[in-house]
Amino acid sequence: MATEKICGIETEYGILVTGVEMSPMTASSLLVNAYSDDGLSLRAWDFAHERPDVDARGQWSPEADYPEVEMLMANSILSNGARFYVDHAHPEISTPECRSIRDVVLYDRASEEIIRRSLERANKRLPEGVEMRLYKNNSDGKGNSYGCHENYLVSRQTPFGLLSTFITTHFVSRQIFTGAGKVGVEQPREGEPRVAFQISQRSDFFEETIGLETTVRRPIVNTRDEPHCDPIRWRRLHVIVGDANMSEIATYLKLGTTALVLCMIEDHAFPESLVIDDPVTEIRKVSHDTSLTHAIRMNDGSLKTALDIQRELLSCASQWLQGVKQDPLGGDSEDIIQLWGSVLTQLGSDPDSLSDSIDWIAKRRILGALQERHQLSVDDARLKVVDLQYHDISSQRGLFQKLGCRTLVSDQDVVTAMTEPPPDTRAYFRGKCISKWPQSVVSANWDSVVFDIGDTHLQRIPMMDPLKGTEHLVGHLFAECDTASQLLARLGDSVEQVVEDPGW
Amino acid sequence: MYLVATVVDMSERIRQTKPATTQDHNDIVDNVDVVDNSAELLESLDDILDHIDEILEENAEEFVKNYVQKGGE
Repeated sequence: MATEKICGIETEYGILVTGVEMSPMTASSLLVNAYSDDGLSLRAWDFAHERPDVDARGQWSPEADYPEVEMLMANSILSNGARFYVDHAHPEISTPECRSIRDVVLYDRASEEIIRRSLERANKRLPEGVEMRLYKNNSDGKGNSYGCHENYLVSRQTPFGLLSTFITTHFVSRQIFTGAGKVGVEQPREGEPRVAFQISQRSDFFEETIGLETTVRRPIVNTRDEPHCDPIRWRRLHVIVGDANMSEIATYLKLGTTALVLCMIEDHAFPESLVIDDPVTEIRKVSHDTSLTHAIRMNDGSLKTALDIQRELLSCASQWLQGVKQDPLGGDSEDIIQLWGSVLTQLGSDPDSLSDSIDWIAKRRILGALQERHQLSVDDARLKVVDLQYHDISSQRGLFQKLGCRTLVSDQDVVTAMTEPPPDTRAYFRGKCISKWPQSVVSANWDSVVFDIGDTHLQRIPMMDPLKGTEHLVGHLFAECDTASQLLARLGDSVEQVVEDPGW
Repeated sequence: MYLVATVVDMSERIRQTKPATTQDHNDIVDNVDVVDNSAELLESLDDILDHIDEILEENAEEFVKNYVQKGGE
């Protein structure tokens, strides 16, 4: 039986300051601190167990450029269970762990709203003539990319080699509905035909099929083995190949279809002949072909379009779902399969009809109309500006916000999700500890919360099971305990004394 | 003029920076119950293009040139 698909998204935003020279690190810190200065978050991430250098394939790769753990940059934990921080030269926000795909969309929207408010706050602190701008995209158009990473809980029992081969088929072909669209090509290859507009922001940047790196020689499947939970039972599949989506429908499909394909792999229901011969070449070619007719060579010699592959995956997923007793996607599977089906049908018959829900099609529609109105050449800089403005999160300037695209979650739920954690994962426990006892929590991370209640030692509460710490299981403790000491006393043996220097 | 980065003296910037006040704090907390819907929806494609023409102004090329990011992740 497939593992419950606890999921989340981490998004790095593009950042630009006009009117003054400011390093992106400084600007990003200003942004993150603008939120935490208001007491809406706690500024202490616990790095004790961060190991981005561990490889899921088992061997340690001393030559790999794994990311360094940056302990000195602004870093905060929010009462909704999210993490809001500076990663290298970008502000980044990670949603809390979610049990349904709809919740991931909700918390991704809440994250966007948190970023937007932080931006307004940060801009109030800047002098006249200086302005910070943020973009939810993945490329500056000059060969520099930053990521929107998805995370999925998968069973440790599924062999990683098998999982990576099969999920690659989905990663290459899902672009046709997850792509956010991009004007031009980055890192062009010799002899490649000219492309004015492509499906994905990200696909130009992948050079390997599989690997540990995330910033250089980017692999389609990332092998980082840092589960942030019980490593005997689970893996966290860390997906770096996707675009950041503005459209809620696209985010829902991106996470939903991927979670379904992972469930099929775990349950031996994945169509095993569906393996792509040369994924690194094909991911680029699929992205460059907005006509959706590019033929991908499969391992068995057959040729299939990305749409063909997606139709086969959909058909297998519908069949797989019929045999499932408890939905591993928190009740969203059926809805996702229906939406997946209708989007594939529209992509096959009338792709433009998806300009209200699929980012690359929405963007292409505007670019095409602008080009026609002003008779612009494909090289005109205005097209690149429109590409960028599509992702601008400002409610005044951002183009996406003006389009009235289909939505999935209500504004009221987004507001609640900015401060309240999802009730049905351990994010509930983390978020509630932070909102109820901000003075006693000295730090937290995905799998623990550390308290200082004035004793000799700090006390750590481990949370190695993402399905525990829910409102159902621990909600009464927050109602019954007035102080953190009372909570720790109630938790008894599950509290660890922290003796060594935990590293903050 | 649109989107052109002009360098100002850092000390000037620091002097002009508005300190956070209790009033600011209250603003953010008070506002937390409303999603920003100030983005007015533009119904037709023509409206959207008009909006783009307004925000594009004349320095598109300069703006695109200035948008340079460090690689992330």
